[in-house]
Amino acid sequence: MTSRKIEILVGLFVAAAIAAFFMLAMSVSNMSSYGAGDSYEIKARFDNIGGLKVRSPVAAGGVTIGRVTEIQYNSDTYEAVVSMTIEEQYNKFPVDTAASILTSGLLGEQFVGFEPGAEEDFLKNGDVIDLTQSALVLEQIIGQFLYSQSDDEKTE
Amino acid sequence: MFGGLIDRIQYIGAETLRSFQRLGRASVFLLEVIASCADLVLKPTLLIKQLYSVGVQTLIIIVVAGLFVGMVMALQSYYALVDFGAEDSVGVMVALSLLRELGPVVTALLFAGRAGSALTAEIGLMKATEQLSGMEMMAVNPMRRIVAPRFMAGVISMPLLATIFSAVGVLGAYVVVVQLLGLDSGAFWSQPQNKVDLYLDIYNGLIKSVAFGFVASWIAVFEGYDCIPTSEGLGQATTRTVVHSSLAILFMDFILTALMFSK
Repeated sequence: MTSRKIEILVGLFVAAAIAAFFMLAMSVSNMSSYGAGDSYEIKARFDNIGGLKVRSPVAAGGVTIGRVTEIQYNSDTYEAVVSMTIEEQYNKFPVDTAASILTSGLLGEQFVGFEPGAEEDFLKNGDVIDLTQSALVLEQIIGQFLYSQSDDEKTE
Repeated sequence: MFGGLIDRIQYIGAETLRSFQRLGRASVFLLEVIASCADLVLKPTLLIKQLYSVGVQTLIIIVVAGLFVGMVMALQSYYALVDFGAEDSVGVMVALSLLRELGPVVTALLFAGRAGSALTAEIGLMKATEQLSGMEMMAVNPMRRIVAPRFMAGVISMPLLATIFSAVGVLGAYVVVVQLLGLDSGAFWSQPQNKVDLYLDIYNGLIKSVAFGFVASWIAVFEGYDCIPTSEGLGQATTRTVVHSSLAILFMDFILTALMFSK
């Protein structure tokens, strides 16, 4: 085989590999949600974040609008501080927007849900959401349920 | 009676020393190969020829294997998940297992069988027919001329092959689940897009495949260069290449997985 043919085939091989990589990156992985366009950062303070993780989605009305980028614990206020990046196109959330930690499905993973408020001013880069609702911890709910059961029995 | 026992102990000692000597020779050999790789920049044609015989000629078995591995995995996970109504997760299950484990590992095993054994046989035969010493006589360094291009071609080809394997596997899964079993194609693609991470999954898979390519090519060229120059020795060297590379790949996969995905 001539060296020209060999070089063409090697070129095709490398091109196929690059095409495969882009196919995996674009249509299989979450690359399209990385830094696609501008974004701004919002923080929220929660008493309990449950199973929320870095890179968990942030959703409003069920639509993913951003991702959790950082989770820290503030030992002065005893609260978890969750940083999120929200895509720039969703920049019209009122300042009294409420953030709650929800679970998709019964056993699904947890995400931050935004419930828009009614103020005229919008959230900006670096703002902190104060209206938050913590994750439901199953053990606590079961504990409360058992507790209320035993209360019922006493009153009967 | 004691004589027999001492003979045994001597045998064990000799074998241990021999294997450590081999390991030492292999390490020195690796350093020499890496040092000679710099010359390839000046002579890229040597590398391209080897990329053809190591990479392009392995492509067919990789594509076919990837297609069927993806299809079988999709089929099996579909039947397992459909009982729980979770068949939407087939896409993410196949994509994650291909990118993290099966892509690099199966490609490396096939690579060791198809390309590694050929490298060993080629270099070993060159040694047996005294082509290597002939080159040295002509003041051509066989390390630079023969070994380094083959080694580099292996290291470069492996990640390319593994990427193609994973992509073809996902396409195979798509064909089975969406076209044959009638799952919604939106669900098939959207779940991986949520769960598969570019850095954690795809890049780590690539790092794995580079590491496997490095080890498999190292073992292949060393076994060829170090073989006993007879037909029997050549056969043993080729067998050792496949066995040792496969074991090394599986062992390294465990270590790398533990390092990468442990948190």
